[in-house]
Amino acid sequence: MKFRTALLGAAAAFVLAPAAHAERGADGEVKIFYYQAVSTLNAYLSSGTKDVEAGSLVLEPLAGFDQDGQLFPRLAQDIPTVENGGVAADLTSITWKLKEGLVWSDGTPVTSADVKFTYEYCTAPDGGCAQGAKYEGIASIETPDDLTVIVKFEGPKPYPYQPFTGGTAPILQKAQFEACMGAAASSCTEQNSKPIGTGPFIVTDFKVNDVVTLEANPNYRDAAKPAFAKVTVKGGGDALAAASAVMETGEFDYAWNTQINPDQQKQMEAGGKGSFVNAFGTLVERIEINMTDPSPALPEGERSTTKHAHPIFSDPNVRKALSMAIDRQALVDIGYGGAGRPTCNLVPAPAYQASDNTGCLTQDLEGAKALLAEAGWTDTDGDGILDKDGKKFSILYQTSVNAVRQDFQALVKGWWNAIGVEVELKSVDASVFFGGDAASPDTFQKFYADVEMYANNFDGTDAEPYMAQYLCDKIPGPENQWQGENINRFCDPAYDALVKELSTTSGIEARGALVMKLNDMLTKDSNVVIPLVDRGRFSAKSNTLDGFVMNSWDTELWNVQDWTRAK
Amino acid sequence: MTDAAVQTEKVRGPWADVWAQFRKHKGAMTALFLLGGLAVFCLLGPLVWRIDPNFIESDTVKMFKMRNQGPSLAHPLGTDQLGRDMLARMMFGGRISLAVGTVAMLVAIFIGTTVGVTAGFFRRLDGLLMRLTDLVLALPLLPLLLVMIFLFRDTVAGILGPRLGTFLLIVMAIGLTSWMQAARVVRGEVLALKEREFVLAARSIGTPSRRIITRHILPNVLSPVLVAATLGIAAAIITESVLSFLGLGFPPDFPTWGRLLYDGIAEIRTYPERVIWPGLAISLTVLSVNYIGDGLRDALDPRIRGR
Amino acid sequence: MLTFTLRRLLTAIPTLLLISLVIFLLVDLAPGSPLSDVPLTVPPEVRQKMLEAMGADQPVMVRYFLWLKQFFWIEPLYGIDALLGTDFAQGAQRIISWQSKVPVFQIIGERLPQTLTVVGTAYLIGVLIALPIGIYSAYRQYSWFDQAGTFFAMAGFSVPTFFTGNLLILIFAVNLGWFPTIYDTNLEVVDWASFTRMLAQMALPVTVLALFNAAEISRYTRSSVLENLGQDYVRTARAKGMGEQKVVLKHVLRNSLIPVVTVVALGLPTVFGGAIVTEQIFKINGIGAALIGAINVSDLPTVQTVTFIFAVLIVMFNLIADILYGILDPRIRYD
Repeated sequence: MKFRTALLGAAAAFVLAPAAHAERGADGEVKIFYYQAVSTLNAYLSSGTKDVEAGSLVLEPLAGFDQDGQLFPRLAQDIPTVENGGVAADLTSITWKLKEGLVWSDGTPVTSADVKFTYEYCTAPDGGCAQGAKYEGIASIETPDDLTVIVKFEGPKPYPYQPFTGGTAPILQKAQFEACMGAAASSCTEQNSKPIGTGPFIVTDFKVNDVVTLEANPNYRDAAKPAFAKVTVKGGGDALAAASAVMETGEFDYAWNTQINPDQQKQMEAGGKGSFVNAFGTLVERIEINMTDPSPALPEGERSTTKHAHPIFSDPNVRKALSMAIDRQALVDIGYGGAGRPTCNLVPAPAYQASDNTGCLTQDLEGAKALLAEAGWTDTDGDGILDKDGKKFSILYQTSVNAVRQDFQALVKGWWNAIGVEVELKSVDASVFFGGDAASPDTFQKFYADVEMYANNFDGTDAEPYMAQYLCDKIPGPENQWQGENINRFCDPAYDALVKELSTTSGIEARGALVMKLNDMLTKDSNVVIPLVDRGRFSAKSNTLDGFVMNSWDTELWNVQDWTRAK
Repeated sequence: MTDAAVQTEKVRGPWADVWAQFRKHKGAMTALFLLGGLAVFCLLGPLVWRIDPNFIESDTVKMFKMRNQGPSLAHPLGTDQLGRDMLARMMFGGRISLAVGTVAMLVAIFIGTTVGVTAGFFRRLDGLLMRLTDLVLALPLLPLLLVMIFLFRDTVAGILGPRLGTFLLIVMAIGLTSWMQAARVVRGEVLALKEREFVLAARSIGTPSRRIITRHILPNVLSPVLVAATLGIAAAIITESVLSFLGLGFPPDFPTWGRLLYDGIAEIRTYPERVIWPGLAISLTVLSVNYIGDGLRDALDPRIRGR
Repeated sequence: MLTFTLRRLLTAIPTLLLISLVIFLLVDLAPGSPLSDVPLTVPPEVRQKMLEAMGADQPVMVRYFLWLKQFFWIEPLYGIDALLGTDFAQGAQRIISWQSKVPVFQIIGERLPQTLTVVGTAYLIGVLIALPIGIYSAYRQYSWFDQAGTFFAMAGFSVPTFFTGNLLILIFAVNLGWFPTIYDTNLEVVDWASFTRMLAQMALPVTVLALFNAAEISRYTRSSVLENLGQDYVRTARAKGMGEQKVVLKHVLRNSLIPVVTVVALGLPTVFGGAIVTEQIFKINGIGAALIGAINVSDLPTVQTVTFIFAVLIVMFNLIADILYGILDPRIRYD
């Protein structure tokens, strides 16, 4: 009903203003639903993707990623490259030029000082900047004039586009945030919830973890945009409720991350009020295989550490058999539908660095059985469970609490049972599993299980930091309070050497080839990672909303200035 | 007074009296049979209906054919989203839910009544016990359960084995976090009761406190205790499902009624029957327990019995 | 009674201090970390820095005393400043949520109106339905009214709110389109149209909660009235020729109210605490939703503050219940 009145309002505005199409604010209100409610609009203090997304309505970086993962200028005039001289030939610096005449929503000009300030803000000690990784390896930032920013790196940076690009690294206004450096960052409530930006909208009201109200920025650089005069970003509930609000009741125009099961996707799409939109990025649901022994019989401090190799998984053929037994297409059909596709890769995109590895896509239960038999695992006592040297093939399979993951656990358990592997399941509350609390035995870093399932991806398009997670020295253990990123405790000097090579290689082709090689080492060569599903972004959009383009490389609201009401 | 009642009074002792009165309560008798039926269904059902509740066809083509089926002869309650038999899951789940609900309720009622009677009767202990009740009431339930299970899971599992250990832990966790209401209600009643004439009379002839409590106080607080018990069983079944849902209870492939209900909610649009079965089972259990409680209350009340 | 009240108020202070300490230790001990929401793309070094900025790496007692100081000293100063326009606080650090970096009291202020309107109305309606049903059910025990009342009350209690809530949404909001599925916090009641919209968005959650509350309270009322109807004083009153209405409403009801007062006193603080499940289902971002959200991400300052206010209310309402016992039954004495 409310939606209908909104529509009527929009229609009335249309009648009153015949030239509505090219006029700012002519299309009335657009209602957006983020079921994980927005906590802050300052991406640097954010605790999740939803904050970065909502913040991108107001704050912008120098350059963003389009739907193909290509950088395009936002506040910058163009993208600096070695060819156009923007990136130094020795790859130690990058020079950005700001667009001329840019102003903040309060009317003051945007200058290079704001860009430099943003760097200082995020790297200030005690600030707890969530995007600190974006500004690593910077030696200094120079601002020779109001429009020029030169970022100098500590050494050659083959991928110099980390700082100031994408929704996770927007530019803040120096005048507004000057008093919020370091420890003061979190007490700047007014600034964090109502930042002054360059984006198409400005915040008028902010209710924490509930609803954000915005209106068109009168100083936005394109006089004809945005078409909507008002934006409401509401939060709360779950993915199903979010999908329903767009697809069934039409109360909202767009709902973020409406990951629901395929049966319901079909049912809701049949309603005809809206459609699901998806785009694939780098998020991969995978099973990680523990290369170390998680046995509870070991003393605390030695469980799941490199001191003891895993008694079963040290044989690569065993790991391969586990991968072969899985029917990835079935997993997609049951759990994700349009939101996923089967994959054998850890890095599924962008195309230049995705390996053409498809060997795992057909399930082969018989082959898996044969492989295990070859490895010496046979069922000698006839209880249906394989054994070898008196040891049963029995494993613990853990993941976080999530309806799809529990279905996946049950399915995979069924297949593994079919090849003679006994599987015990365990699910852990997500806040504990991903919390990283060193005191808890149930975190995914501690990995007190034989295999575990979760999803991970990387920010932007460059996979180097992601591949570097599997270095030997990033293995979690008691000595680093279990804070490593090498979850499966894979360790191969050849892999480490290749990552090192990647860090000094420039040129998209060459880097892509290296990433493919690294990807294959982890997946099809060793099967220490068993990729299952390439999970796309999956959102719902009303039929009355035009101009929406799904993007999996930047925020989903990346082109909100181009959204219009369907006529 | 009917002849039957006269006869029974002649032949049998006090408990037979109670039973005779109880049998006259139609609702309670129906409920007793219903609850008995549910228990038989869960305990003996799996001996007849021999499908593994967690069986998933490993051949995916076959598995896809078996998914989301409606009721049929092969699967009287249909199958779930992975092709598992719902009837088998309901039977298996009922065992756990009924056991957890009953035992956790008993634990809660026992603690609640003890604390309530002690606090109400002995003025000296009142302050201490009621402040303790305030404390436990004030604690946020979720972190409390998380901490209890986090602290004791491995120890208890080590002593009793994982299955029994989890069961005991869940029952204790639910029991230890839901006795406060019963305690407050009982205490309120006891405060009023102990000033009544019959208690004063008992005290004046030198009846020891223990005897006053067992003979005079406890029978008179029975009715709020029974209400608390019936409400408690429902709450315990639901709390168990929340615990399992959070990964704190039984392993994820362990169906319980509460869990099936939770999982069914997500499918309420596409397959509503999946919510109906567990919902119906839980409601029937609670309704039965309530009617049995009503019947018991009447049967134990000498004034009504004499009517 | 006055000395009793004063004594209880005085003992409430150490009790509450102890409760606050236990809550703090409990929440701190619970597994989980304030960074569980942060994407895995954020590397461990950055996570460590974020923890340090929150102060989450400090020893637990240091954090507890800081919280005590902020709760009992700094926040009241800010309260005075807000009321009188003074500047006693002088920019001292308030209790700030780890998750949203917003003062916790601001969050409570934003959330309380929704919770009070929805949960409060539901509780009020629940009590207003429950008392007459409970009394009449007991008075006409085993009549069809009693049977129906029992059935609905038990069905209301035995079917969890997450089931009834979702069912009502599906039928009345999605299929029939009578009510919105999402609660609009920004809706202000200024005229008739906005008032009806407010009613529409409150209808479903209030129904669900009222049913649940009414179920519980009516059961206690019924059992207590039933107990009292069999007492000798009722027989005496009737024998004296007193009217039935007077017997039931004056004598029986008054004596039956003790368990009801207990249950209502236990229920009222939860009005402040919000109804976690119902708020979540109907997308009402009230205190309950804030609390569960904070628990999920181990946002200790928020959990601690909200729970502690809840504890204060519990202690207060239990004291009120104790005073009411004395009024309802003058024989009850505490000293």
